[in-house]
Amino acid sequence: MTITMSQVGGIVRRKEDPALIQGRGVYVDDIKLNGELTVAFVRSPFARARIRSVDTSAALAIPGVRAVYTIDDVRSLGPLLAQIPIGKLRPLLADGVVNHVGEAVAMVVAQDRYQAEDAAEAVLVEYDQLPASVGLKFSATDEVKIHDDLESNILHTWVSHDWWPGVFELEDYRPAIAAAKERDDVVIVSQEMVNQRLIPVAIEPRAVLADWSHGYDRVTLYTSSQIPHAVSGAIAKTFGLPVNAVHVIAPEVGGGFGCKLNVYPDEILVCFASHQLEAPVRWTETRREAGYSTIHGRGWIGTATITGTKDGEILGYELDAMADMGAYSQNLTVAIPVLGLYAASGQYNIPVEWTVKCVTTNTQTTDAYRGAGRPEAAYYLERAIDMYAAEIGMHPGDVRKKNYFKKEDFPATTPIGLTMDSGDYITTLDKLLIDADYAGLKEMQAQARSEGRYIGVGLSSYVEVCGFGPSILAEFGFGWDGYGLPTSFSGSGLVRINPDGSATVFIGTGPSGQGHETTWAQIVSDRLGIGMERIRVAHGDTSDAPYGIGTFGSRSAAVDGTATYEAAEKVRSKAADLVAHMLEASAEDIRFADGGAHVVGAPGHTVTWAEIAEVAYKPHKGPEGIEAGLEAHAMFSPGNATWPFGSNIAVVEVDVETGNVDILRYVAMDDCGNVINPMIVDGQLHGGIAQGIGQALFEEAVYDPDGNLLSTSLVDYPLPTATDLPMFELDRTVTLTDVNPLGVKGIGEAGTVGSAQTIVNAVVDALAPLGVKHIDMPLRPKKVWQAIQDAQEA
Amino acid sequence: MYPRQFEYVAAGSIEEAVGVLAANPGAKVMSGGMSLIPMMKLRLLSPETVVDIGRVSGLDAIEDKGDYISVGALVRHGAVATSAVIGEHATALGQAASWTGDPQVRNRGTLCGALAHADLAADTPAAALALGMTMVAQGPNGTREIAASDFFVDSLMSALSPDEILVEARIPKRGGGSAYDKLGRRGGHSDYAVAGVASWVAMSDGVVTDCAIGITGVGTKPTLAVGAMEALRGQGPDGIAAAADRALEGITVLEDLYGSEAYKAHLAKVYTRRSLEQAVAAAS
Amino acid sequence: MKVSMTVNGRLVNGDVEPRTLLVHFIREELALTGTHIGCETSYCGACTVHVDGEATKSCTMLAVQAEGASITTIEGMAMGDELHPVQEGFWERHGLQCGYCTPGMIMSGAALIAANPSPTEDEIRHGIEGNLCRCTGYHNIVKSIEYAAAKARGETPPPADWEEAVV
Repeated sequence: MTITMSQVGGIVRRKEDPALIQGRGVYVDDIKLNGELTVAFVRSPFARARIRSVDTSAALAIPGVRAVYTIDDVRSLGPLLAQIPIGKLRPLLADGVVNHVGEAVAMVVAQDRYQAEDAAEAVLVEYDQLPASVGLKFSATDEVKIHDDLESNILHTWVSHDWWPGVFELEDYRPAIAAAKERDDVVIVSQEMVNQRLIPVAIEPRAVLADWSHGYDRVTLYTSSQIPHAVSGAIAKTFGLPVNAVHVIAPEVGGGFGCKLNVYPDEILVCFASHQLEAPVRWTETRREAGYSTIHGRGWIGTATITGTKDGEILGYELDAMADMGAYSQNLTVAIPVLGLYAASGQYNIPVEWTVKCVTTNTQTTDAYRGAGRPEAAYYLERAIDMYAAEIGMHPGDVRKKNYFKKEDFPATTPIGLTMDSGDYITTLDKLLIDADYAGLKEMQAQARSEGRYIGVGLSSYVEVCGFGPSILAEFGFGWDGYGLPTSFSGSGLVRINPDGSATVFIGTGPSGQGHETTWAQIVSDRLGIGMERIRVAHGDTSDAPYGIGTFGSRSAAVDGTATYEAAEKVRSKAADLVAHMLEASAEDIRFADGGAHVVGAPGHTVTWAEIAEVAYKPHKGPEGIEAGLEAHAMFSPGNATWPFGSNIAVVEVDVETGNVDILRYVAMDDCGNVINPMIVDGQLHGGIAQGIGQALFEEAVYDPDGNLLSTSLVDYPLPTATDLPMFELDRTVTLTDVNPLGVKGIGEAGTVGSAQTIVNAVVDALAPLGVKHIDMPLRPKKVWQAIQDAQEA
Repeated sequence: MYPRQFEYVAAGSIEEAVGVLAANPGAKVMSGGMSLIPMMKLRLLSPETVVDIGRVSGLDAIEDKGDYISVGALVRHGAVATSAVIGEHATALGQAASWTGDPQVRNRGTLCGALAHADLAADTPAAALALGMTMVAQGPNGTREIAASDFFVDSLMSALSPDEILVEARIPKRGGGSAYDKLGRRGGHSDYAVAGVASWVAMSDGVVTDCAIGITGVGTKPTLAVGAMEALRGQGPDGIAAAADRALEGITVLEDLYGSEAYKAHLAKVYTRRSLEQAVAAAS
Repeated sequence: MKVSMTVNGRLVNGDVEPRTLLVHFIREELALTGTHIGCETSYCGACTVHVDGEATKSCTMLAVQAEGASITTIEGMAMGDELHPVQEGFWERHGLQCGYCTPGMIMSGAALIAANPSPTEDEIRHGIEGNLCRCTGYHNIVKSIEYAAAKARGETPPPADWEEAVV
């Protein structure tokens, strides 16, 4: 079923904004509780060392210091929980050894932040430094084995044709690809490429504030999190409490991008300290320590190989890669490459063989960062296809079209056995090529080259896999079982008509800027005819929200939005019975609009929502035997993921003398199915594209061989600023999905999945006359210049 | 994020500030605080005493003194960047100030503060060198003048003694034309200089009669490119490329996250050429 | 040390350590939590306030340096129920998502159009170069400030992208 809605598809200013634009939004660090204490952590200066001693006496002597805790105080709480416990789980504080620079060794609790920092400096830790294992290739040799209790630094190897044994029987494409390579009409392009490690940098650093009530035997935790319910589960499991004794509140969350999709040691530790000290305890991350205390993303190196005919038929795509897990496995660390595997074949109907080794190193843990595996997958695939197109001298659009799944192939099965819901890739690409005037751009490029200027035009396509998710995936690990909550990634929504006729919508998501309050109100307003201003959308508080999974993986609208839609339908059905009784009509003739209901064909014959509500809450006024009240909860467990897609074009100019790259244009054609609020969808794309461009041009978490993180401050981890980016030219096609009744697919990560390789393809295209075939990200001027020098020498 | 404790003195006069410096070894002077405060927040620097000269009156003017332009200790980058008299007589300095930091930093950070901080990748020191500026330092024994070419001693080290304060920077009005050009860390002109070069040239009949070139970001300190200067004197614009090839004489190139030695050496030559071309165009 | 300053038109007094940053004084002593902290190196601009009319990063200023100054924070921008044009622009043009950088961004945008009532796109981009946003890619922030500048000039703001696209 597909729906057309008055509010859905319309432009609506955001309900979230009035508070935020006046500085009256409340983030965790804005909350102040009576008598609160504050935490600072003592962090390791070494990437790998044995802790000989921790002397807290000087710290404890500082006025205002209340306690200093080490692992001895919290060992009984066990390690940090994870969904797929492959690898070494993180101890809450370093236990005997440290395994990355910045690992927390001790926790100081003091009356104010300045005192806490002073005291953290005064804790004396003696270390015996051990050799560290940094860098994927080195660590994979096991020359320095990091964890005594693990067999190897290679924690796990994901293989595409055997990624979920026992569930999928898949073809092993290796013999077919090997045979294809023997043919004399094929070309083989192969390139090792780095998809560098990134630091997410939500502008709001993480913050937590715990208030353990001994009187009520309940703990309240304010936390900047995308997954408040999951946090409540993890804390409950850690402390041996029922989950209803843990009240988690994620108020305004200042950006997430995956880095707040984890339960962190600090969330546990402030609860512990609050319990011990009988006072509220907070910790607010500084930007510098965020590089040590919040997950990183990406961090892959791999060789992509395409075997194809000289006229553009791809006979096999192989990726042999390693992914850096960091020192400890957290929430989804080892599962992130699987999300990449889901998108391994992109838009293409081609044989794929993927091997990704998960390697532990003496660095900060990696986990989900916007796109989580899918940007890596799209990067390797789309760079390889561009190299193949260049090798055979074919239009990069034509190569892609030749190998796409065609519209009539859907639902289409990918090489790893997943079913893609819908797609019309050629239409979308053709529209992009026209919108951007690709042919004109190539003419401009030729003209510029004749004048000694180097302009490049980059094209790439992507699929995103999102809308998680199907219940069966919980068996794989995509649920919150590891956090003590046996669940799948179902959606949740509760619609309550209050006695005054206003509506409150409770949802299980954990938004961090995605505009859920607005979008969900649109869905409910459309279904029930209640004005947007009479609808309040509540989220992020586990004591009033229905059980919810949180916000990540571009899942919220498709899954929780659908649940809310279905809850609204239930309310509508019951309300129709009430109105039928009030207006002496038949329930199927009742229509809801303009703040009330009327009988079809008789728009003057109306009742308001306040009048409907009164009948609902005074059931003697309603139909015989009706249950009092008017609210409904629905959960939605989709049968499949959704598969948004699109293609992007970037136009860049390279100063070949300095290596400086300027982005002249960025044109995106995306298809995320139905669009509930185009303003918000476009905004998601803008930000997603900017993060992909950030990876392509600027960002890199740099570790030196000793494991020192050289890029912890924004001075050395440059983010794109307004002067670095162009206006984005967006357009869309709409290919519906039948996975959910709204026909929506998801858009939160599409911009990021589609953009980094588009920029790199453009820069390499610009430099093709100079013989440059590939440059590893980030394309800082120094690397672009070096690539030109190397190509000229070769 | 949380500096260590320190004593704070809001000086009412330079004399008072100098007195505090003399009495408290290790004390630091603060004007805008744009360099000092971040270092204190990161606890990379923790002076026991901070002497704030921000309230001293009479130090916030840019004045045309006839044969030189005077820039007081509290003149902000933003004022330097938008000053008409600097735009006319010291174009390179105006450009360097306009590409320093961001609008908020330029609103509080001072030219003299940045010069005294002597960051090896800051923009304005290059212009100070090229324009032949003179630093006026005040200490317990009164004031002394220090030529820009003697002022930048090493990374984060100027020729000021611990009890001296840079109270004025003077830009000689010596005609000719000047320009600053750079590659910033995020590309373009953004952020600290990976390489930045300021050039000043005086021309007569199409020939460079005198010139000065200051390079920042590349070496251990902002440095005059004496080899390139020597090569260009007496040459016409067609001598620029050859002069630029000698940009590195006397400079120890440092590798960092933003460039290898070879790359930075290359950039020094490129931006020497580019800034010279612009300066020559301005002087012609 | 004793400090006094005018914040959003109100005279306030405090007793602080010299090391107390202005942003902490504003947030914790005055409970004006709209001014945010996103880094410690003066890069992100989330802490931007106006000090004597000029956009200033309040995390890179000591509270004691603000003695006697007149400070405006995001809470002081609206006149009663009437939003400042830049606030209105951010609402109308979807210039914010998570909202964390927004107060600082609005303060920079307001300082920009006060100094330059008709900024070009390039001038707007340079005007907010000291403010980082991770959500919007700056596209709609630029549009928001264009809207505000037009509104402040008494002109009709340019149409939104999506109004053109959807009709």
